[in-house]
Amino acid sequence: MGGERIAIVGAGCTGLRLRTPEASFRELVFQAAQKAYADAGVRPQEVSAFVSVAENYNEGAAIADEYVPDQLGAVLKPVHAVAGDGITGLASLVMQLETGQLDIGVIEGHSKASNVLHPAHILALALDPIYTRPLRFHPHYVAGMEMRAFLAATGNTQEQAALAAAQNRKNALANPLAAYGASLTVEQVLASPPEAEPLKLGDIAPPADGAVVLVLARESMLGTLKGKPVFINGIGWSQDTPNIEDRELHRAAYAEQAAQMAYRMAGISDAASQIDLAEVDDTFSYKELQHLEALGLAPPGQAGNLLEAGVFSPQGRLPVNVSGGHLGCGYAHEMSSLRSVLEVVLQLRGEAGARQLPGARVGLAQSWRGIPTASGAVVVLGRE
Amino acid sequence: MEQKIRGGTSLTDHALTAGEALLTHWQVKSDYRWDAGAALSRFLEGLKHGQILGIHCPQCRRTLVPPRVFCERCFRPLEQWVPLYDTGKLITYSVSYVNWDATRRRTPEIPAVIELDGASPGIGILHLLGEAGGSLSEITARLGAGTPVQAVWKPAAEREGAITDIRYFRPVGG
Ligand SMILES: [Zn+2]
Repeated sequence: MGGERIAIVGAGCTGLRLRTPEASFRELVFQAAQKAYADAGVRPQEVSAFVSVAENYNEGAAIADEYVPDQLGAVLKPVHAVAGDGITGLASLVMQLETGQLDIGVIEGHSKASNVLHPAHILALALDPIYTRPLRFHPHYVAGMEMRAFLAATGNTQEQAALAAAQNRKNALANPLAAYGASLTVEQVLASPPEAEPLKLGDIAPPADGAVVLVLARESMLGTLKGKPVFINGIGWSQDTPNIEDRELHRAAYAEQAAQMAYRMAGISDAASQIDLAEVDDTFSYKELQHLEALGLAPPGQAGNLLEAGVFSPQGRLPVNVSGGHLGCGYAHEMSSLRSVLEVVLQLRGEAGARQLPGARVGLAQSWRGIPTASGAVVVLGRE
Repeated sequence: MEQKIRGGTSLTDHALTAGEALLTHWQVKSDYRWDAGAALSRFLEGLKHGQILGIHCPQCRRTLVPPRVFCERCFRPLEQWVPLYDTGKLITYSVSYVNWDATRRRTPEIPAVIELDGASPGIGILHLLGEAGGSLSEITARLGAGTPVQAVWKPAAEREGAITDIRYFRPVGG
């Protein structure tokens, strides 16, 4: 990085749940913000920049970012709403702090997925209104086509994708923040109802509610803060064409590009050996395998084999989604990848409880914005 | 629809109905089940019983309505509930001849911000005014900043725990 380094100095999360009828989204964010501020030893009055990630249609309100300030203590402060995934929002906050004009920044993400009664209708609105939507497919068909193309091109198998789902659901059992911990076999995932073949219901991260707030600061501020810093060593993001039919559906080119950008910044030349743990987008089971290869954490065509060999298990050489990932924690809209970042922060701080990995020094979190996009981001985090 | 705007030519109604212009219609089921949360749920429950509830921040010494479980200024959790009066005074209002969906109204409606008695100065709720006259001149003669108003409630049996349990506020006295 060019200027001063930026660190995550505080993190707060409500935990993910299938439903949260006891609290409004404002109250969820307030709970997460209270925890994050206490963790960082910062009062919201000291924060100079706020970022929020949200999607209007998921919020059920137009210009939903207008609802952000109160629950963060951000009234009459600079608030920047990013219509993108959590790590893309994080990149925006990092750039704001990198200007040197602002000392402490906060990012929030939240999900009230349980309040959206017809999510397929909302997803359908993301498809091109003239060219794609009139065909009236369920948007999951994009994932089904991608999965088929990916498996065919790389030699990874449907069973290996199902194993990713089973392993992440199992990992989630050790994570009190996760909503969908379960002991599942590969056979059970494969026997789940077909959604858009080869994609099955068991391959899809189910929705969850929750809120995450992170506090960031410039390195020169660290002396005055009590939170254990985790440094943002590199961050990158990328976006492919919206034309589904023009993309190389077997590849996650956006993740390759985002990783190269983040690795350049972090000085990573051999990701598989330099990264100790990764939280990788697994909104669909095959996406974990596809993303591992795009990130260079598995050689082309080898993600499934390495998964079977236990390389990505919590006891393996490169633990992946030890939190349970989105399949185990729940898919929480744009907040999802902030939850991934939170897991890496907790692991690097040695505060991950029963799922703590020994000696983790460098971690990676990666986001995908979900169907029908081909955009995402990567952040490399380090203890120093 | 056929007037020219800054040199351009607007679409005619005919172009839309005759299929000369690309027109898409997509019916979306955008239904949401709102978790109103701890603060607003209690506020709405109060309305059902003909009561307007506020909440007090001892740090800022402000009594807030609608209530919230945190103070957006000092960021403290709030729990000191305060019943407010259903009377107050006008902060400002507008005489509106358009409905929410931009259709024209023959008789105006009067959206207003009302500072409730018992709430802190400047803390207002947004509602409608009624019984304030039919024409613009009658209304503006009757209403001004500071005009005292009182809630007109739906009958108890018709209240459902919604902001519309108050039909409108009407000017009183003066
Ligand atoms: Zn206060």
